[in-house]
Amino acid sequence: MTVLLAFDLLLAASIVGLAAATLLMRDAFAMIVAFIVFGMLMALGWARLVAPDVALAEVAIGAGLSGALLLRTLAHLRGGSLSAQGGASVSAPANGATQGVNALLAGLATCALGLAYLGAPQNVPGLEAHVADAMPESGVTHPVTAVLLNFRAYDTLMEVVVLLAAVIVVWQVERGLAETPAPALGTVYQGFARVALPVAVIAGGYLLWIGAEAPGGAFQAGAVLGAVAVLGLLSRHVRPAPAHRPLARGAFVVGTAVFALVALGVAGAGRVAFEYPPAQAKTLILLIEAMVTISIAATLAALFHGRAPVAVSREETDR
Amino acid sequence: MLEIAGMACMALGALFFVAGTIGLLRFPDVFCRLHALTKADGMGLALVCLGAAIGAPDGGEALRILLIWIFVALASATGGHLVARHARRAGKLVREVRP
Repeated sequence: MTVLLAFDLLLAASIVGLAAATLLMRDAFAMIVAFIVFGMLMALGWARLVAPDVALAEVAIGAGLSGALLLRTLAHLRGGSLSAQGGASVSAPANGATQGVNALLAGLATCALGLAYLGAPQNVPGLEAHVADAMPESGVTHPVTAVLLNFRAYDTLMEVVVLLAAVIVVWQVERGLAETPAPALGTVYQGFARVALPVAVIAGGYLLWIGAEAPGGAFQAGAVLGAVAVLGLLSRHVRPAPAHRPLARGAFVVGTAVFALVALGVAGAGRVAFEYPPAQAKTLILLIEAMVTISIAATLAALFHGRAPVAVSREETDR
Repeated sequence: MLEIAGMACMALGALFFVAGTIGLLRFPDVFCRLHALTKADGMGLALVCLGAAIGAPDGGEALRILLIWIFVALASATGGHLVARHARRAGKLVREVRP
């Protein structure tokens, strides 16, 4: 018991210390690496709090894909290389106004969180009992999936819409950057990608399927499949081209569309939206989750690519 | 008995991780550090996975741990190779050992 307590204290101290280190680093690359490690330790913290679903999502999205997005952004900012060259430091002091606005917004968010925590009823049983009572009607046996896709499906729909909005904005912005392909990573990496990618696809499908009864689900599966796409982009097995745009648009939208259509269909059949008929609940939930998984994976991959696919000559990509 | 064997494997694995970390902190240049880290951590990972597999409740769980071991080992070997490759291309020569 004391060993576990010591471990928890050490873990908590490391998380806070890494958060501080992430903010205080001078070099943006070191900052991102510290942030990724911070995400891994956060996931460990969630696992210690017996929240494996959150831990999985944190490690896949918070540490893995966010880290990849940040590194990609840094490479763009530094002209295709990750190391700082010739004073092109990203950590140059921002001007006072920017810092002031950031501090104000971060302070407001902290205050809102504090208020929400203090305003929440203390020392009363949570909603677990209600969830447990309603589980037979949910169509699945894993409470987290029941809450996400059934009892509070509206919130989840909004999360999917947020991702859709993000990718729409990214595709709208033409930043005038030359297409800088990722540097070729060599034959060892290609071999690794050939072995690992098919297995990762199976792992993603497994996470999606197992979500009905155990930790897993659309977000974790989408993150794993998104990572597959990122590895594919890095290995140049996938080369985004303008011809891919209609397919990509369809993939971005399909999750939101199917989710909303199911809600409308259920509402049209004389029930409240998202009040799935218990007999079909599992089918509907898995249908929604599968489509949302596709959308999440496509969206994360598109965010990593960072722009709408444009025509690039072959010589340029083979540089 | 099996439980003790599993714990012993994990403890031994943790020792390898500690050795790899000491190497990472003490060795002078990126290639020496990678050498310490990838080899020692690879062994540590194998032992931790073996310990976890011994303690697994059923064969399916042990099989999953085996798969995790295979793919983490592959990924870390590839990652180590990529770091070394990048360092060599960036022209980081082997630094002389500090006096």
